[in-house]
Amino acid sequence: MDFYHFTEFAWPHLPPDDEFTSARLNLPSSVYDPKRGADLYNMCLDQYVLADELGLNCMVNEHHQTATCLNSSGTVPLSILARQTKNARILILGNPVANLADPIRCAEEMAMIDNISYGRLDCGFVRGVPYELFASNRNPTETSERLWESIDLIQKAWTTHDGPFNYEGKWIHKRQVNVWPRPYQQPHPPVWTTGGSDLAHACRTVARGFTFAMFLTPVDRLSQMFKGVRSWCKGQGLQRPADDKFAFMPLVAVGETEKEAREVIERVFWYVVNNKAEPQHRAPPGYVETSLYADFLSGRFTGGRTDAIRKQGMEYFRENHVAIYGTPENVVGQINALHRKTGGFGHLIAMLHAGDMDFDVTAKSMTLFAEKVAPHLKDLGTVSRNFGPLRKLGGKKAA
Amino acid sequence: MKTPPKIISETLKLAGTSVELERRGKGRSLLLLHSEDGFEFDLPLLDNLAKKFEIVIPRMPGFGKPSLPNYLNSIDDISYVWLDLLDRLDLTGVTVLGFSVGGWLALEMASKSTSRIARMALVGSVGVKFGGAYDRDIEDIYFHNAGAVRGLRFADPDKDPHLDLTDLSKRQAMTLASSREAIAKICWEPYFHNPSLRNRLHRVDVPVQVVWGAKDGMTAPNYGRALAKALPDGRFVSIPKAGHFPHIEQSDQFAAALINFLEDTKGAR
Repeated sequence: MDFYHFTEFAWPHLPPDDEFTSARLNLPSSVYDPKRGADLYNMCLDQYVLADELGLNCMVNEHHQTATCLNSSGTVPLSILARQTKNARILILGNPVANLADPIRCAEEMAMIDNISYGRLDCGFVRGVPYELFASNRNPTETSERLWESIDLIQKAWTTHDGPFNYEGKWIHKRQVNVWPRPYQQPHPPVWTTGGSDLAHACRTVARGFTFAMFLTPVDRLSQMFKGVRSWCKGQGLQRPADDKFAFMPLVAVGETEKEAREVIERVFWYVVNNKAEPQHRAPPGYVETSLYADFLSGRFTGGRTDAIRKQGMEYFRENHVAIYGTPENVVGQINALHRKTGGFGHLIAMLHAGDMDFDVTAKSMTLFAEKVAPHLKDLGTVSRNFGPLRKLGGKKAA
Repeated sequence: MKTPPKIISETLKLAGTSVELERRGKGRSLLLLHSEDGFEFDLPLLDNLAKKFEIVIPRMPGFGKPSLPNYLNSIDDISYVWLDLLDRLDLTGVTVLGFSVGGWLALEMASKSTSRIARMALVGSVGVKFGGAYDRDIEDIYFHNAGAVRGLRFADPDKDPHLDLTDLSKRQAMTLASSREAIAKICWEPYFHNPSLRNRLHRVDVPVQVVWGAKDGMTAPNYGRALAKALPDGRFVSIPKAGHFPHIEQSDQFAAALINFLEDTKGAR
């Protein structure tokens, strides 16, 4: 199993709870103080440098017009880490290609970063959470199609080495595609996507040989999705995907004592408590499936995933492996149990920092995780033997 | 005792697109183009209008059984289907009555051809950009919470037919959800307008009555005035104590304004 450090670069100095309705989209940037913000950016980047020194990998993301994530471009921290880390895999999860004006520019930037990092890039592509559609102005009814059209085009652009080709698709038109540089990793960096309840998307991801990641998902749902993909592959006559085609991100804290770990996870939990949003921003028409949107309109569905689990409290989080915390031995046990319950996954992205946690508190939890948890689990799970689409049993590649 | 006019429902196939429509009444043709909320299928004033008009009410794909096909991505696209519909039914001298997005559709149709259109009444019509880049001509109904949006669109929010949706059956909720998805697909960007339409308005060479709610906060009355002025034969009337749907909030005053226009222009084509 591979382990990744993650912080969302959240701005923790929010107004009193009753003075704002959403940390996303409509919170004025007057709430942000550039002097403290500059320190925060650098403190978070220092965490990734430490992660590299500790033998952990790095994951970065992006969100827009929100206090919950100051990375309005994941490419920026990724570029810095390409130089400032030496050994870590650097994972962006991901590029919101459905919302980007130019997916080819994304292909170019990722290829550059892959070269600068000597082939340490793992490249995620995401549809983006619904809030992003207000920042990007992208039509919510189009994003699933745009995501896959962009992935297909970027993969083709990375792997075409004989000069320009023409592309006139549904959403993207480029008459002369000829991406320089070509990626360092051949044929291209590993590709990831993320998902929620859309099983078809998850299956498509894994069948293509990409890695499918889920975030902060209770274990039943997580297992249902991972097992759903495996079962679909079997039904399609495809080889069984290895565990490294699946990834999960929980909140994580490791302490020398249970009490210490509990204190730290409460501070990571800040992310969940303060991730406030207005309901209409979670469900622009056409983003979720029609049935769920119908439930939203008629009041049968009121909150998102985070809302539902937020109400349950920390014990629920721990029982469901959304929060993994405790002494190192205890955490090893929890990850082993989660691996077993889900049928296996190969990447654990540990959200080890949030809210007002300072560097030292975070560094201690990270160090315990890297030195006393990860070594016991590094051989857990199966690894893909070949790059590219899953093979049809009998030797042929999947379509 | 009055018997309501008989309603004929049918589904037509127009160049591959399935269109559900209702017809009622006898007389000159009146094409009713509903709003983004589909409030207009059962307006009380239709019974009166049906005494003098044959009213044709097509449902935009997505508002009934047929879903919005992949190749219909804009109001501009749909306007061709509605022009096909006029051809298919061989309607001439048509009075077009369009509400909000339906008004936009009427403008798109008439800017292409008025050969079958005699006159139009447009109620809270969207579709045109008058202000500058930083001006919000049409308020963002997706960004604000439901209460705020209601406040923008209704002078008296309690008159919103969609005030309480908790009683909807799953099937009804699914229909409403599909209609909102269809509208989002065609109206999200450019937001409820076609940047090219303003420069085509000179082609709308028929009398047009622009009707506006004086308290419309989604598209302010000045937008309606600008629209009436931009049309070759446009006129403007404001309905007091009404928002974006004056036919819902002040149905009597709305009916009076409409009938006034129909009387004034009964000689049109």
